[in-house]
Amino acid sequence: MPLWLDLLIRIAAVMAGFLVLPLVIGQAEHKVMAHMQGRVGPMYAGAFHGWAQLVADGVKFVQKEDITPRDADRTIFRLAPIVALFPYLIVILTIPIGPGLVAQPLDIGLFLVLAVLGIGVVAVLMSAWASANKYSLLGGVRGAAQMLGYELPLVLAAASVAMAAGTLSLPGIVEAWRPWWLVWQAPAAVVFFVAGLAEIRRPPFDMPIADSELVFGYMTEYTGLRFAFFLLAEYVGIVVIAALTTVLFLGGWHGPFEDHLGWLWTLLKIFALSFVIIWFRVTYPRLREDQLQRLCWLILVPVALAQLVLTVAVKTLT
Amino acid sequence: MSDEGDRIAPGKGLLDGLAVTLKTMTRRSTTQQYPDVEPDLPPRSRGVIALLEENCTVCMLCARECPDWCIYIDSHKEEVVVPGAARARQRNVLEKFDIDYSLCMYCGICIEVCPFDALHWTPEFEYAETDVLSLLHDKDRLGEWMRTVPPPPAHDVLGEPSKEEATAARKAAGPGAATAAKTARPSAVRATTPTTAPRAVPPSRATGTAPQRSVQEPRSTEPDPENPNPEPGR
Repeated sequence: MPLWLDLLIRIAAVMAGFLVLPLVIGQAEHKVMAHMQGRVGPMYAGAFHGWAQLVADGVKFVQKEDITPRDADRTIFRLAPIVALFPYLIVILTIPIGPGLVAQPLDIGLFLVLAVLGIGVVAVLMSAWASANKYSLLGGVRGAAQMLGYELPLVLAAASVAMAAGTLSLPGIVEAWRPWWLVWQAPAAVVFFVAGLAEIRRPPFDMPIADSELVFGYMTEYTGLRFAFFLLAEYVGIVVIAALTTVLFLGGWHGPFEDHLGWLWTLLKIFALSFVIIWFRVTYPRLREDQLQRLCWLILVPVALAQLVLTVAVKTLT
Repeated sequence: MSDEGDRIAPGKGLLDGLAVTLKTMTRRSTTQQYPDVEPDLPPRSRGVIALLEENCTVCMLCARECPDWCIYIDSHKEEVVVPGAARARQRNVLEKFDIDYSLCMYCGICIEVCPFDALHWTPEFEYAETDVLSLLHDKDRLGEWMRTVPPPPAHDVLGEPSKEEATAARKAAGPGAATAAKTARPSAVRATTPTTAPRAVPPSRATGTAPQRSVQEPRSTEPDPENPNPEPGR
């Protein structure tokens, strides 16, 4: 197979996953949230239980006027949605779906993923500052504090599993994974998942958006397609966090008939975790800003450090 | 976090919350698919007000009591020649009866005060308009709603008989019935109000007098012997 064809197929597959999975999860969020609240959710778009609701939303967003506030820093204001979306695209590039099924296997995959996820805070600050709006700025500052704080437990928890596997390669970690790690790495898994929720600013960690206090946080001034990019970034974020938790802690493609159905197991685990993320959003109210920082620094970071010690201890004893 | 007292295991509230939402998800939602499926309303729902034009005497009570002043009534008097009567009678004829539903707050006071059951609630509610001026329903449109008025509830078999039935029974019992004076009050009132008297056919004495005679002498203003406290003419 020539190199260009190989590249084309890989990029097409990543783009397809990048565009389809968030839509599926977004639609699932509409319906799951509705039913958890005793409603039925979208029913009209697409005629059958509103399956085309997000497509209709997309069409609506495209039609809307693209407004840039007069006092805004135009270049940065327009660049921010792309910066918010792009890191997730790169992360999806490195996530293994099945044995050998990965767009770009990297020896330092985990390192790249964690580094790239950190760009999210830049996008938040860019959009917040460039909007020239006090609510945006407040949201952005909150977002910066939250994302920088939660970066630490996220990295520590990921470091624990990397130490256990002895590799930074994501397919390598899945290869090394054993079912008893579910118990051994359980605290790290919880810390990673919760910190991941905070990284993608999902409820109950959506203080930077906090629509009841800050209008819509750093997204207040965005309209039309640029706002849709931010929304898409949020749903891709769900996919990425669910996929990373799956790959790192839930054994990726491991399961019955993993030689043939490995990709299915990975997708199933991703969808199950996405459901949990939606479930949390419906169930829990937003944390207060001080509670948020307290949870991060007083609970998650110590737990992650203790997990590191435990990992080292088990690793040296066996 | 600093709450004191006997708190249950930490995290129980979080798990309980998750259980509630999950349980709700497995139940059927209560959403009514309204435009597709007609709502199952109680028969006496208060949707819109219907007008039975024949019952209206243009007494204006509804228009005066309306808190929003959203009922507009115009009328004129017509003379009606009754064969055998001494003079022609006058009758109020309704020209305009409009209810402005952009103002109406559906309190139902107009229906309550109507002495002649000319206004009725109906359960119809689909009369939204794209133009606010179209919410002014004239008397023809209000009359069309009458088709949708549910029939009145049946009389309670254990309750007192209705006024009309009681009066008819006493009339049938003949003159000198024991309680004739009390029940005959409405008739006596009509007899003492000569200016508006010709509207009905009022027997001047309580009972037993022929209607024919009362028409011939409508100005019987002396107090009724059988009814010492007649209501003064309105």
